[in-house]
Amino acid sequence: METALSIIITLMILGAIYALHARDLLSAVIACGIVGYGLVICFLLLKAPDLAIVQIVVETITLIIMVAVVLDSSRQEPFVKPDLQGYIAIVSGLLLIILLFHFFRISTSALDDFGRTTLRMSEAYIKGAADRTGSANLVTGVVFDFRGYDTLGEATVLVTAVIGVLTILRIRGKK
Amino acid sequence: MTTIVKKTTQLMAGLVFLYGIYIIIHGHLTPGGGFAGGVIAAGSFILIILAYGSDFIRLTRKEHGSTMYENLAILIVAFLALSGLFTGACVFFLNWLPRGTTGELASAGMLPLYNIFVGIEVASSIVTIFLALVIFKEEMSE
Repeated sequence: METALSIIITLMILGAIYALHARDLLSAVIACGIVGYGLVICFLLLKAPDLAIVQIVVETITLIIMVAVVLDSSRQEPFVKPDLQGYIAIVSGLLLIILLFHFFRISTSALDDFGRTTLRMSEAYIKGAADRTGSANLVTGVVFDFRGYDTLGEATVLVTAVIGVLTILRIRGKK
Repeated sequence: MTTIVKKTTQLMAGLVFLYGIYIIIHGHLTPGGGFAGGVIAAGSFILIILAYGSDFIRLTRKEHGSTMYENLAILIVAFLALSGLFTGACVFFLNWLPRGTTGELASAGMLPLYNIFVGIEVASSIVTIFLALVIFKEEMSE
């Protein structure tokens, strides 16, 4: 499974790099789709169908909205010649990558093997959930019973986002 | 859009909507739940709006309906969570309804109710955002 995951993650990285460098913005958006759908396959391989369903649907709708936006504005990305500020940004980005890689390498050597770690909290969830919530789907039991506050906050974030979109986009209401 | 797209949308949109409702209602038994099912149900509306244009079912200039459903649904979720405070134990998000047998459709106490209302909220939020973008484009071109 780790080989399959590595192949998919390599494809996702290639898609992200292509999306950065594509001249045509429509193909850049579709290359971004590679990242999202690759993540769906990763979730399925890691046995998380709940996350995979949410990810595949949200990715599709985001892709539709992004394609509509690109088709309505320009399809060409304007080319900007890098100046001094651009070179400084590139050098500092490279330094950050090297530093992060170094520290990630140190911290991954301290972890257990891939997929072997079970936290104390999730042990308690897995053992008691079906009896204490009565739900056959463990994820729903955790999301709506043990972590109800999280879910309420998540739903409130969505409501706030809609109110923000309506506030910004209503031209008639502004007059 | 062309006739092929319109006809395919007529055939598919209802099925997509039903699948979203299935995912929401069976959220406590099978993978899925309020969030996933709500986005799928919103997808059927987005399919119709994309195929027929925004004047279908007189959606133009009116996102009031979907905003009202969204706000009502999140209010009902908050009230359901508050209802645990009035039932003896005084715990927010208390699962006070009878559990039933695990694995049946009517089981798990409050969880199906939370799933249904969160599903309504997510579906109407996403339809509202999409409608706001469509209406914004039409008002810009005037």
